[in-house]
Amino acid sequence: MEITFFHVIFLVVAAFTLVCALGVVLSRNLFHASIWLIGAFAGVAILYWTMEAEYLAIAQIMVYIGAIATLIVFSIMLSRGMMLGRAPMNNFQSGISAVVAVLLFGILALVLLQINWPVVQQAITSDQIAQLGEALVSTYVVPFQTIAVLLSVALIGAIMIAREH
Amino acid sequence: MTPVIPLSWYLLLAAALFSIGLYGALARRNAIGVLMGIELILNAVNINLVAFNRYIVPQQVSGQIFAIFVLAIAAAEAAVGLALIIAIYRSRATVNLDEIDLLKG
Repeated sequence: MEITFFHVIFLVVAAFTLVCALGVVLSRNLFHASIWLIGAFAGVAILYWTMEAEYLAIAQIMVYIGAIATLIVFSIMLSRGMMLGRAPMNNFQSGISAVVAVLLFGILALVLLQINWPVVQQAITSDQIAQLGEALVSTYVVPFQTIAVLLSVALIGAIMIAREH
Repeated sequence: MTPVIPLSWYLLLAAALFSIGLYGALARRNAIGVLMGIELILNAVNINLVAFNRYIVPQQVSGQIFAIFVLAIAAAEAAVGLALIIAIYRSRATVNLDEIDLLKG
């Protein structure tokens, strides 16, 4: 296999994403963890773009970085004081969690490298965004509406739960 | 253009991201830290969905549709989860999961 410019880009972005993800789970300060999380989200957005899923790359930036990361930073600031300080950052099961995570990665890697995936080497010729829009209002219209209801219910519920009594 | 990067590279990356997120979700004491681990897990799943879409059925968009649904559910989950954390912080002045045992009776 020949190493091209695209391989180099993929490896750089993948390394960046994994380093950011490690920063999320390993940094002591939760605020720093949330900054690493933004980096990991951005890395994943670039990975979508390398797979020619431009719509998802933009949606990833808007939803994850624009909304979820902001929400997390706000909650960290609202419940401060608890974050920085005396308590250790991991619970008693951190050792066994690390073992479980490494084992899971080993098993997944073994399995997915052995399977012969039916890969189709093909360029994308159609307009994917138009296809996505059509699929959302035809084949997938019921899950689409359900998601819409779920989002409204979840957001109204979130306001009710977080409201001061 | 036809894809040059092997599918297994994406799958390996997603598996690594999933494992890191799983470690974060299991090992953190802080509820917000657990939530961040779960977000990493959902991102890993989305990478898999988009990769399978791109490499196995490139003329369809079913994998991307699923990824969009996961994205929407992640947004709902983050909103509800953080609202719960804020509510618990108000009543217990802690977000440490070991100390939140209201339902233990």
